[in-house]
Amino acid sequence: MARLTFAGGVHPYEGKELTKDKPIKVVLPQGDLVYPLSQHIGAPAKPIVAVGDHVLTGQKIADAGGFVSAPIYATVSGTVKAIEPRRLANGGMCESIIVENDGKYDEVEYTKPKPVEELTPKEIIDLVREAGVVGMGGAGFPTAVKFSPKEPDKIEYVIANGAECEPYLTSDYRRMVEEPELLISGLKIAISIFPNARGILAVEDNKPDVIAKLREMTKDEDKISVKALRTKYPQGAERMLIYACTGRQVNSSMLPADVGCIVDNVDTLCAVSRAVTEGVPLMERIVTITGDAIVNPCNYKIRIGTNYRELIDDAGGFVSQPAKIISGGPMMGFAMFDLDVPTTKTASAITCLTKDEVAEMEPSACISCGKCIEACPERLNPKLLADAVEHGEDDRFLSSYGLECCECGCCSYVCPARRQLTQLIKGMRKIQLANRKKA
Amino acid sequence: MSEMMKVSSNPHVRSKVTTSNVMIWVVISLLPAAGFGIYNFGIDALIILALSVLSTVLSEFIYEKLMHKKITIGDFSAVVTGLLLGMNLPSTVPWWIPILGGMFAIIVVKMLFGGLGQNFMNPALGGRCFLVISFPAIMTNFVTDTFTGATPLTALKNGQEVVVMDMIIGRTGGTIGETSMIALVFGACILIMLGIIDLRIPGSYIVSLLIFTAIFGGHGLNGAYLSAQLAGGGLMLGAFFMATDYVTSPITNAGKYVYGIFLGVLTAILRIYGGSAEGVSFAIVIGNLLVPLIERFTQPRAFGIPKTRREAK
Repeated sequence: MARLTFAGGVHPYEGKELTKDKPIKVVLPQGDLVYPLSQHIGAPAKPIVAVGDHVLTGQKIADAGGFVSAPIYATVSGTVKAIEPRRLANGGMCESIIVENDGKYDEVEYTKPKPVEELTPKEIIDLVREAGVVGMGGAGFPTAVKFSPKEPDKIEYVIANGAECEPYLTSDYRRMVEEPELLISGLKIAISIFPNARGILAVEDNKPDVIAKLREMTKDEDKISVKALRTKYPQGAERMLIYACTGRQVNSSMLPADVGCIVDNVDTLCAVSRAVTEGVPLMERIVTITGDAIVNPCNYKIRIGTNYRELIDDAGGFVSQPAKIISGGPMMGFAMFDLDVPTTKTASAITCLTKDEVAEMEPSACISCGKCIEACPERLNPKLLADAVEHGEDDRFLSSYGLECCECGCCSYVCPARRQLTQLIKGMRKIQLANRKKA
Repeated sequence: MSEMMKVSSNPHVRSKVTTSNVMIWVVISLLPAAGFGIYNFGIDALIILALSVLSTVLSEFIYEKLMHKKITIGDFSAVVTGLLLGMNLPSTVPWWIPILGGMFAIIVVKMLFGGLGQNFMNPALGGRCFLVISFPAIMTNFVTDTFTGATPLTALKNGQEVVVMDMIIGRTGGTIGETSMIALVFGACILIMLGIIDLRIPGSYIVSLLIFTAIFGGHGLNGAYLSAQLAGGGLMLGAFFMATDYVTSPITNAGKYVYGIFLGVLTAILRIYGGSAEGVSFAIVIGNLLVPLIERFTQPRAFGIPKTRREAK
């Protein structure tokens, strides 16, 4: 099969060898668990417990706050200690439910749904919605909403995103190595919602073992194919992935469903499988704790709500004082100023680096080398956009397709003058999107 | 609250390529041709090159010092300018020519317009054109101990025979750095392999020049004539090292082809119909002036944007 890819992109140091061969380790939370009410795109969830209530593992503690929203479940048994604003990994504050862990992990009895074959598409979507499943690749879009496009029969492809193009991250990789049957079961369930859909397992070709294994396991499935994508960042970005798999193009004002595609992260599909076959809500995920500042980089299966500091401590702590702690990977992650934040449904990794490559380098004059244009997967002109931002030319920013930017960071990465291109464009995008919402 | 960490916007890692190491590679890739120039023209050539580099670097340093600006000679762009200027001078020029040219290139063409990245024209070529216009006799004196008479292209224009092999190796008269096609192409290959330049500009430049010359040059598809046009007159130096100057060439991919073709046609016109047999320098500086216009009309269309939306806007 031809190797599939897109134009542009970069090849940063992958750093995956740190944790690639580390089996997923189950870790139980020690301290309090924090459940922010906004762990997804859309309306915040509404708490349905009060301070002092005793909760069980798997008990719903907050209900969806609207159609585009998702419920939240307790991941330990214990007592609700407080409902108050807490800091998140991205630096913002969010109203959160805090549960004191009693260490017993008493679990609710899950009602096992009917066998998958007997479920209607609507019943499947309801089970997914009820389980609080959201896109676990980072965006956190409620999966049930994604599964409910206007015209379900127009969906031709459900793409399982196993590209994991972000450097250092190996959580999806370990999931595919250790639990491929869960992933395939989730993908089959997703396909069954749409009458005309076929499944694609999209994996970057730096994971040949996974590709071989998935091909072996799906060789009798005529509706599922495995695609080996060229290893290049940002291959796992939704628009790039759709293009690489189907040749169809999606812009910022379209949804993947507009070109007949649904894209889901592999961890999300595993959660879908558990929700639909066992009735278990979304309570755990795989998190990679990595970077050269960590003594023993690892992949963990964590209970959502666990404090990041516990995970870092379990990984042996820091070799030396890290210069930068990033929630996520180095290309798109958020730099954190504080470790005392909870893991959420979308937390894929913590990358701790001993060297802050950005602070070391002063931005200098643009020499118009055009490397940013070559690297931009959205085929934009980042130099022109950044100039427009610096000069305050909003119209030029918009007419040069500034809103199409996916904030992947390729332009800043390649810039020999070390200009903060992504930062400038990202800032202006936020302003323009906020203005648009207001208007 | 615990100790606060440093934060910044993504991405948190950067490639190893910086402005200064791009410039250093350009210098390295120019060295074979410069070295051949010294071998060809002797110690005079070395002195001219050294004075030229010294002049550009010092001009930048002193200008920035006097204007209380950040000293930027560490980015090596002034070294590139100085080396290119020196390679564009005949070895017979008096010592003050490279110094004056270097000062003009840096102070007038580069610094007065805002320094690196803001210059509207290639500083080295701006300096050379200034010298050619101001001191035409000095700048076209190619008579040395080893070479007498005109440069190959002038000889060709006057109807004389030239030895193409000598032109390819570089055993001819001319400016210090332009004579050896082999050395220049070798240097260009280094830059192409490192991804510092690509073939869009030089390729379209050379191909369009050849096509235009073949049609209008009056010699048809005469192999010797066309190879002489290719090897002579600083075309290799211009196409690979000066037309590709990042600052003064279009940033867009489509623009690079437009620019290359424009340069090719203009150089051919200047060579065939112009007063002098060479036209590379003037073609490139005129091309430089058109870059903003070319960029304006060749902005890329974003991914996923249908063709029609541009007109609808």
